[in-house]
Amino acid sequence: MPDPRPPGGRLSVQKTYKLFLAGAFPRSESGRSYPVSDARGALLAHAALASRKDARDAVVAARRAQPGWAAASAYNRGQVLYRVAELLEDRHAQFAEAVAAGEGLDGAGAEAVVAETVDRWVWYAGWADKIAQVAGSSNPVAGPWFNFSVPEPVGVVAALAPQRSSLLGLAGVVAPLLAAGNAVVVVASEERPLPAVTLSEVLATSDVPPGVVNVLTGRTRELAPVLAAHRDVDGLDLAGAGPELAAELERASAGNLKRVLTPRGGEEDWWAMPSTRRMLTFVETKTAWHPVGV
Amino acid sequence: MSLDASERHVEPGGRPARVAPAFLPAALAEVASSDAALRRFLHGLPGVDQVGAELRTAALSTRSIKSASKLWAIDAAISMVDLTTLEGADTPGKVRSLCAKARHPDPQDPTVPSVAAVCVYPDLVATAKKELAGSGVAVASVATAFPSGRSSLAVKLADVRDALAAGADEVDMVIDRGAFLQGRFLEVLEEVRAVREACGAARLKVILETGELATYDNVRRASWLAMLGGADFLKTSTGKTSPAATLPVALVMLEAARELTEAGGGPVGVKVAGGIRTTKDAIRYLVLVNETVGDAWLQPQMFRIGASSLLNDLLMQRAKQRNGAYASSDDFSLE
Repeated sequence: MPDPRPPGGRLSVQKTYKLFLAGAFPRSESGRSYPVSDARGALLAHAALASRKDARDAVVAARRAQPGWAAASAYNRGQVLYRVAELLEDRHAQFAEAVAAGEGLDGAGAEAVVAETVDRWVWYAGWADKIAQVAGSSNPVAGPWFNFSVPEPVGVVAALAPQRSSLLGLAGVVAPLLAAGNAVVVVASEERPLPAVTLSEVLATSDVPPGVVNVLTGRTRELAPVLAAHRDVDGLDLAGAGPELAAELERASAGNLKRVLTPRGGEEDWWAMPSTRRMLTFVETKTAWHPVGV
Repeated sequence: MSLDASERHVEPGGRPARVAPAFLPAALAEVASSDAALRRFLHGLPGVDQVGAELRTAALSTRSIKSASKLWAIDAAISMVDLTTLEGADTPGKVRSLCAKARHPDPQDPTVPSVAAVCVYPDLVATAKKELAGSGVAVASVATAFPSGRSSLAVKLADVRDALAAGADEVDMVIDRGAFLQGRFLEVLEEVRAVREACGAARLKVILETGELATYDNVRRASWLAMLGGADFLKTSTGKTSPAATLPVALVMLEAARELTEAGGGPVGVKVAGGIRTTKDAIRYLVLVNETVGDAWLQPQMFRIGASSLLNDLLMQRAKQRNGAYASSDDFSLE
């Protein structure tokens, strides 16, 4: 009897990844998927090709989850984000492999990307309970009142993940939004979505509440206009949009006066020391008065 | 018997009609002549194929309703909504704002139709009636010791009269599920008849509370009991128990309504209530109605959806269909 096994010994497992919506991993509502290749053009796996309806469902999930996430104490949010960083570290090898394949880096280069990603995530985790101290203030007023200004999350933010930096850039976009208390719908890099898929597995097994992060894979050109025009989206991070698309999306976002973060001259250098800008773009300042002595 | 219910129920000017009770042919009137005859009739009804009913509704649920049909369906669904508030915490203020919403679901868009009715507890009927005067929106009141129905007939009838005296156009009664499950069918029937009589010209909706009836066969029997008792509408649920309305249960009730029409009686309307929160759900029910009893039922005189949060989802979907962008619930008033 002939040996049914291929010469290598074992059949390879062909993977078709799914979306991450409301804490679950559904297929695209449209049933579509698309092939994902490595940097040299060889097939890596298939990813779900999200549709407009998936984008809509993601926003619904994010809207539902956001109040709970924003109401968690800042300290608690920081702890949860730190836990995500721990799990990222645990899956170091898997992420390194995905980054190496997708971005065409050698082993050491990919390792460095993953290490920097974990560090970046820890950095933003630390900011969760400090952002209000730095951006908030106690204002002197002409009367016997305390007057405080505190930053509050805008709500649901749609983010286009960077197209080239598929893990470090993705973390650089998602983590600050979470630290500020927003819920996120992120469209992964179109050509390199697999690190985002693996990150969603990390998020699902950490303590991030379902729906706080929703990951869509698919065509940025198809999904971004829907999210930009969506009236229930409060902010738009255009990190992964080219200049032409960014201009179009900015126009579409005007309908409900979204906060928009546009890239400054091409794709950002994600290795550079981050600032509080990505967090502070997506907060609003609330000022409260309180009588002194009560 | 004409199926064109609009002829029968709507008065000129489109005001919600005060209707005569659904017509019952002589042959059917006789099955309720005695306890034994009634039992024979109800147990002689063909059994419901549970798997078949669930498969059929699942298959119909996958039907895709797009563009112009979807716009039509959304407006139809809005006009069929019984905008409901049945909370212990209801206040006249809440009912007033609900009534404003019922008249003009979206104040910024006058092309949105008003809903079919506002559904409240009897003590708030007068408030609703006053707010809705001249709007064409009916006032429905739950009665007969809603939601449990655990009271004497005298108390239930007093409840009904109370609602009617306050001006209710429609009465939503509950059947005595305890009696039904014990097999005291005639008692249930007599109660529906007594309420029917007390209702006079008001439209009577009979709530079967299908979540407590356990089987589809029971749903079919209870539907027939209600129709024999003179119901204008069969209603699935109070909304106070789970599961509330489901597609297979609605199918069984719609089939009972169809059977009555085929026997020369009716027509009887159907109201689904409880747990219908999205436009997608609502459209699935409309498809089911169309495929089971036909498009004569696709109007507020024959089919209703009891809901509160559904209305905002319908408005959001309507906005999406009209101007392309998905809407935000912040753009609409709270229900």
